[in-house]
Amino acid sequence: MSLFASIRQGGLVLLQRIEAFFDAIFGSAGNPWRHLGALGFYLLWIILATGIYLFIVLDTGVEDIFTSINYYTLEQWWLGGILRSVHRYAADGLVLVMLLHLVREFCYGRYYGFRWFSWITGVPVIWLVYASGIGGYWLVWDQLGQFSAIASMEWFDWLPIFTDPATRNFLTPGALTDRFFSLLVFLHIGIPLILLLALWVHIQRVSQSDVFPSRALALGTLAMLLVLALVKPTVSHGRADLSLAPTVLHIDWYYLFIHPLMYLTSPAGLWAIAAGLTLLLLLLPLLPHPKQTPIAIVNPPNCNGCRRCFVDCPYGAITMLPHPDKPGHQLARVIPELCASCGICAGACPSSTPFRSVEELVTGIDMPQQPIGALREEMERKIAALAGPVKIAVFGCDCAAAAHQLESDNTAVLNLMCTGLLPPSFVEYALRGGADGVLVTGCREGSCAYRFGTQFTQQRLTGRREPHLRPSVPLERLRMAWADSHEMSCLKAALEDFRDHLQTLGADEKRPRAYTPRRIVQNG
Amino acid sequence: MVSKSPYNPLVLVGQVLFYGLFAVIIAYFSTSPKYTHLEPNLSLIKLSFSYHGEPVGECHQRTKEELAQLAPNMRAPTSCPRERSPIKVKIDMDGKPLFEGVAPPAGLSKDGTSTIYKRFEVPSGEHMLSVKMNDNARIKDYNMVREEKVTLKPAQILVIDLRRDHGGIFFE
Repeated sequence: MSLFASIRQGGLVLLQRIEAFFDAIFGSAGNPWRHLGALGFYLLWIILATGIYLFIVLDTGVEDIFTSINYYTLEQWWLGGILRSVHRYAADGLVLVMLLHLVREFCYGRYYGFRWFSWITGVPVIWLVYASGIGGYWLVWDQLGQFSAIASMEWFDWLPIFTDPATRNFLTPGALTDRFFSLLVFLHIGIPLILLLALWVHIQRVSQSDVFPSRALALGTLAMLLVLALVKPTVSHGRADLSLAPTVLHIDWYYLFIHPLMYLTSPAGLWAIAAGLTLLLLLLPLLPHPKQTPIAIVNPPNCNGCRRCFVDCPYGAITMLPHPDKPGHQLARVIPELCASCGICAGACPSSTPFRSVEELVTGIDMPQQPIGALREEMERKIAALAGPVKIAVFGCDCAAAAHQLESDNTAVLNLMCTGLLPPSFVEYALRGGADGVLVTGCREGSCAYRFGTQFTQQRLTGRREPHLRPSVPLERLRMAWADSHEMSCLKAALEDFRDHLQTLGADEKRPRAYTPRRIVQNG
Repeated sequence: MVSKSPYNPLVLVGQVLFYGLFAVIIAYFSTSPKYTHLEPNLSLIKLSFSYHGEPVGECHQRTKEELAQLAPNMRAPTSCPRERSPIKVKIDMDGKPLFEGVAPPAGLSKDGTSTIYKRFEVPSGEHMLSVKMNDNARIKDYNMVREEKVTLKPAQILVIDLRRDHGGIFFE
C-alpha cells in the first residue's frame, strides 16, 4: 500500500470510529458527520435567510454603512444583532463543515471514477464560499473590513489584470464613494447566487441528494447558533479610517486566514499556495486508483419496466426507455459513465427472486461480477453444507466489516459487493432452504460506499420499500447488524447474540415452511 | 451498534455537549487568536502612483515630403514617439535608503501608465523623508524631488503619490 493510500486508509478508520461514536449519541439520521453536505446546505439557507433582513436595514453610503450596521447590532440587538451573529456564525460553520466534507469524501475515496464530476465541481464551490464570505467582511467597513479589503486588493494586484493597482481605491479617506458599497452589496448577493448554481451542478450526479438535514440536526444546529449569538454576539471593530492602519485585529480565521498568510509569505506566495491546492484537488481524480468493476447490465427479456432500479439508483445512472419487444412497457438503460457498479439496482429488481424455477436465474438488471443466479447457487451450496443445531446464513458487504471471517460449519457467509444488492426474497429463500436464521450486515447507515445500500436494505427488509420481504417471513429469524470495517468484534458479538436468540426459539417455532427448489427435485 | 433512544438523558447530555463543542470551535476561531497586523509603535508609508511618463524621445515637426507620404487623414504635423519613459523612484529616510526602483510603462508598446504600490513599515516619530523621481528618459538625473520632515503618529499611513495636477510628488 502506498503512503498516500495508507494516509487515506488511516484517516478513514479514524473517521469511522468518530462517526460510530457520534451515532451512539445522535443516531445515524442526526449524526452531523454523516450529513456534512446537508449541514452545509442548511447553513447556507440560514445565511441567505438572515442576509435578507441584513440587506433590508443596510445603508450603503460610505459614511452610513458602518453606522447602520452598528445600529442594528447594538440598538436592535434583539433582532438585527442576533440575525447578524447567526449570519456570521453560520458562515463560519459553513467553512468548517465544507472542509470536513472535503476531508471525509477524500478518506472514503469518493473522488475518482464515476464520482469525478462531483469532486471536480466541488472545487469552485470552495472559492465561491470564500469570495462570498470575505466580501461580507468588507461590507461592515470597520477596521477589519478595511484590513481585509486592502489585503485582498494587494493580493489581486499581483495578477496583471488591473491597469491601475486596485489598492489605490483604498489609498486615502477620500478615495471611496457610495458606489463602492453598492457594488459590494451587489457582489455579496451575486456571488452566493452563483454559489447556489455551483452547488446545484455539484449534486447533479447524485439522486435523492442529501440537501436538508434531519429535523433533529436542523433544530439542534439552529439552537446552537442562536445560543452562540446571545452568548457571544458579533460586534464590529472601530470605524474604518484609511489614514490609519489597523493594528491588532480579532480576525475570523475561517475566512481571513489568507491575509496573515500573505503577509507572512508574499502575494505571489499566497497565489502559489492557493493555485497549488486547487490544482492538487483537481488532479486527485487522475491519480492511480482501483479500476471500476463492470457496470450493471440490463437483460431485456427479464425487465418488465417496473422502474424500481430507476428509483433506487443512488447516482441516477438508470433511465427508462420504451421496451423494444413489449409494447406499452419500459426498459431500463444503464448510463455507463454514471454507473457506480454497486448492484443496488439488482437488489431492487423483482426478477431477482431466487424462487423462480428457471434453471439459469437471470434477472432484469444484473452485475456481471456477482450475478443473482450465481448468488443463488452459492447460497444453496453453502446452506446445504451447514451442520450443527443452529445454522445461520450471513449476507455481508465487501465494504463493511469482513463478514467472511464468520464462516464456520454452522455459518454460511455470502459476501455482496454492497448489501443493497440483496433481494429481500433471498432471506426467505435461505430460511426455507434450511437456515435457522439470517444475519444481514453491511456498512453503518451513512457510511455506505454507495450512499443508500444500508438504508434501502433496511427499508426493504422491514416492508417500507419495494421489493418487500414478505410478511410471512418471521422477523425473529432475521437480524440486521451494521458494522464498519473496523468493527469486526461487534459483528462477531452480534452473530453470537443472534445464535443464542435462535436457540431459544426452538427448531420449529416461527419457522417458514421448508421449500425445495423445483429444479433440484427435477434434477434428482 | 445498539440503538439508543433520543430521550435517554445521557444521550441528550451528550448531544448538548457536542453542540456546545461545535459552538465553541466556531466562536473561538471566529475572533481568536488576535492578529497583530502592525505593531503599535510602527507607522506605514505607502508609495503608490499611476502616472504617464514623458515620451522617450523628442517630438519632431514633419517635413512636407514626410507629410505627403502619409494618407491625407494621417497628416499630423508633429510626430511623437509612442513609448513612455519608465518612472524611476528613490526614497531615503533619515539619510538611509528605503526604496529604489523603476515602474515601467504598461502595454505591449510601453505606452501605458506606470504604476506602483509599495508599503513600508517604519518606526513612528519624526523622520526626514527624501523622495526623488524621474519621469523622463531623456533626463539622466531625478527631475522631481521632494524632501520633507514628517511626523508619523503610531499606525498613521503616509501616502507618497505622483500627480501632475498636484505638482508632481506629494505626501498625503
